[in-house]
Amino acid sequence: MKAIRLPESEKPIPGLSVSTNQGLLQWISSVDHKQIGIMYLWLSVLFLVMGGCEILLVRLQLVVPNNDFLDPEVFNQLFTMHGTTMIFFVAMPAIFGFNTYLVPLMIGANDMAYPRLNAFSFWLTFFGGLMLYFSFLAGGAPDAGWFNYAPLNQYNYSSSPGIDYYCSSLLIAGIGTVSASANFIVTILKYRVGTMSLKHMPLFVWMVLINSFLILAAFPALNAALAMLLLDRQLHAHFFTAIGGGSAILWQHLFWLFGHPEVYIVILPIFGIFSEIFPVYSRKPIFGYNFIIGSGMAIALLAFGVWIHHMFATGLGNTVNGFFAASSMLIGIPTGVKIFNWLATMYGGAIRFKVAMMFAVAFLVEFTIGGLSGISFAIIPIDWQLTDTYYVVAHLHYVFIGGTLFGLLSGLFYWFPKISGRIPDERLSKWFFWLFVISFNLTFLVQHALGAMGMARRVYTYPDFAGWGTLNLISTTGGFLMGISIGLLVYILVKAIRKGVQAPADPWDASTLEWTTSSPPELKNFDQVIPVNSTRPFRDFKRPDDAD
Amino acid sequence: MDNKLMIKLIVGTEAMFFLALIMAFVYFSLVPGFRTHQLVSLDIKSTGVFSLFLFSSSFTYWRAEENFRKGDVKHLKVWLLLTILLGVIFLFGQGKEYYDLLNHQVTISSSTFGTSFFTLTGFHGLHVLIGLIVIAVLTCLAFLGDYDQPGSSLISMVGIYWHFVDIVWVFVFLIVYVLPFIVR
Repeated sequence: MKAIRLPESEKPIPGLSVSTNQGLLQWISSVDHKQIGIMYLWLSVLFLVMGGCEILLVRLQLVVPNNDFLDPEVFNQLFTMHGTTMIFFVAMPAIFGFNTYLVPLMIGANDMAYPRLNAFSFWLTFFGGLMLYFSFLAGGAPDAGWFNYAPLNQYNYSSSPGIDYYCSSLLIAGIGTVSASANFIVTILKYRVGTMSLKHMPLFVWMVLINSFLILAAFPALNAALAMLLLDRQLHAHFFTAIGGGSAILWQHLFWLFGHPEVYIVILPIFGIFSEIFPVYSRKPIFGYNFIIGSGMAIALLAFGVWIHHMFATGLGNTVNGFFAASSMLIGIPTGVKIFNWLATMYGGAIRFKVAMMFAVAFLVEFTIGGLSGISFAIIPIDWQLTDTYYVVAHLHYVFIGGTLFGLLSGLFYWFPKISGRIPDERLSKWFFWLFVISFNLTFLVQHALGAMGMARRVYTYPDFAGWGTLNLISTTGGFLMGISIGLLVYILVKAIRKGVQAPADPWDASTLEWTTSSPPELKNFDQVIPVNSTRPFRDFKRPDDAD
Repeated sequence: MDNKLMIKLIVGTEAMFFLALIMAFVYFSLVPGFRTHQLVSLDIKSTGVFSLFLFSSSFTYWRAEENFRKGDVKHLKVWLLLTILLGVIFLFGQGKEYYDLLNHQVTISSSTFGTSFFTLTGFHGLHVLIGLIVIAVLTCLAFLGDYDQPGSSLISMVGIYWHFVDIVWVFVFLIVYVLPFIVR
C-alpha cells in the first residue's frame, strides 16, 4: 500500500481558516472537493427548476393555436432563458459536480490539485447564474435565443440590458469553467495514486481528461465572441453591425466554433459515466477499453471540424457545405463505436436492472434516435428543409435529455449512496423512471412530425393548421408530466437524505476506488489505497483468486 | 512541476482566445477598404521600435531566470527591474499610438479597422499590464528576500506567461503591421 500525496499541506492559513461544524458558513468557505461537488449538483437542480418553469410557460402558450396567453416579448425572453439556463447552468454544473466529486476519489487522491481554485470556479459559476437571472429585475432578460444571433443581439433590436447580462454572466461562468478544467487536468495527470498508470485509469476519469482539453480549446472562442459583443453594445464597435461594416456571420462562426464542441462537452463525461455503469450492472469488464478512449479522442478532435453544419442555411457555398457535411457524418462513427462497446459489454452479462441501469439502457435507445436525427441534418437539402423547425428542437432534446440528462440521472442513482450515505427508495425511483421516460417521449417524439409539417420554432403562436393543435397539445401534456416527474425526483432525493436506509460502502459490488471508502467518505478521502494493477482494482481486491 | 503544467494549460487556452481575436481581424481585413484604412493609420516604424523593447524584455527575463538558477539574487533583481522598465516603455508606446489614432478620429466605433485593431491590440496590452503587475510582485518578493534559497518555481512559471505574451505580439505585429506593407 502506497502513501497518498496530499495536494496542499494541512497547515491552516492563520486568520483565514474556518474550523469545522459551522453550518452554512462551513459550506460557503469550503475547499473540500466533495462539498463543492455537492454544491454544484444542488446549483444545477435549482436552475433545472427555474429553466423548467420557464419552458412550461412557453408550452402553455403553445398549447392551442392562436393563443394569447403570453406577449411575444415575454415569450422571447422565456425560451432564451430556458436554453441558456439549461446549457450553462444545469448541464455544465451537473457535469462539473460529478467531475469534482468523483475524480479525486476515483484516482485515489484526497482533493483536487488546487482546492481553493476549485472553490473559486464554483463560485464564479454560481454568481454567473445569479447575474443572468438578475436581468429580469434590471429591465428585461436576454431575448435573442441561447445562441444570441447577430443582428438580434445588437442594440437596435434588443435595447433592454438583457443581452449585456447574457454576455457578462456567461463570461464569468466561462472563466470558472476554464479554470476548473485546467484544475481537472493537473489533478488527473499529477495526483493519481502511485500505482495507477494511465492505462488503468477509470474510463470516467479518461473522459473527463479528454473533455477538459476540449473545454480549454472551445470556451475561449465563446469568451472572445462575448467580449466583442460587449464592445459592440457598450462602446459602439462594429464587429457584428452590418451598418458599420461588421458581419453577422462572424458571430455565428465564433459562436458555433464554441457551440458545436459544447455539445460534445456535455456528452463526453456522460459517456464516461455509462462506461462505469454498464460493466458494474452487467458484472463483466468493459468491452474494448482502448476503443472507448480512442473514440473519445476522435470525437474531441472532430468536434472542431463540424461547426458549419449549424450554418448550412447561411449560404457559404457548396464546397464549404460539402466538406462540413462529410465531417459531420464522420463524427457518427466514433459515437457508434461507443454504443457497440456498451452493447457488447451487456452481451452475455448477468444484468441487474437497478434504476441506474434502466436509465443506461433507455439512453441507448433515446440517444440513438437523437443521433440519427442529427445525422439527417448533415444531409444539406434535408437541413435546408428542416432548419429552424421543431424537428431541430426534437433532435437536440433527444441528445441533451436522452443523452446528457439520462446519463446524469443514471450517474445520480449510481453514486447517490456514496454521496449521501443513503439508499433512495427503489420502488419510487422506478416509478420516476417510467414517468420520466414516457413523458419525455410524449413531449418530443411528436415534435419530429411537427417540424416535418413545417412548424417554425421560436414563434410565439401558430395558425390552426390540420394536426398542429393536437400534436402541440400532446407535447404540452408531456412537458407538464416531465415537470411532475422532476418534482417526484426531488421528493425521492429529499426523502432518502432525511430517512433513507444507511448505505454500505459498496452497495453495487462495484470495482473502482471510490467504493473502497465509507459512504459518505470522511473529510480525508483515504488513509491508504488498495494496489491498482488493472482497470478494476477493487474487484481484484475483493476476489484475489479471480483477478483481471 | 504541477504549477508549470497549470500555467502551460492557462497559456494554451489564452492562445485560443487570441486566435479568435486574430481570426476576426483577418476576417475583416479581406473586405475592400480595410487595408487602405490600415495603411493610412498605422506607423510601422514607431511601433516597430516600441516592439523591440517588448521583445528584449523577454531576453532580460530569461537573464533573470538564469541568475536565479545560479542563486545570484542580486542580478535577479536587476534583470527583473529591467524587464519591468522595458515592458512599461512598450505600454507607453502603445498609449502614444492610441492617443495619436484617437486624435485622427480613428476610434473603436469609426470603422471595422478601428474595432478589430483596438480590440486585438488592447487585449494584448491588457495581458502585458497583467504580466507587469505579476513581475512587480515577484520583484517585491525578491527584495523582501523570498528567493534567497533555490527551489521556487514561481520565476519560471511567470516566465512561461511573459514569453507567451511576447510571442503573441510577434504574430499580432506581423499580421497587423507588417503584412499590409508586403501584400499590396
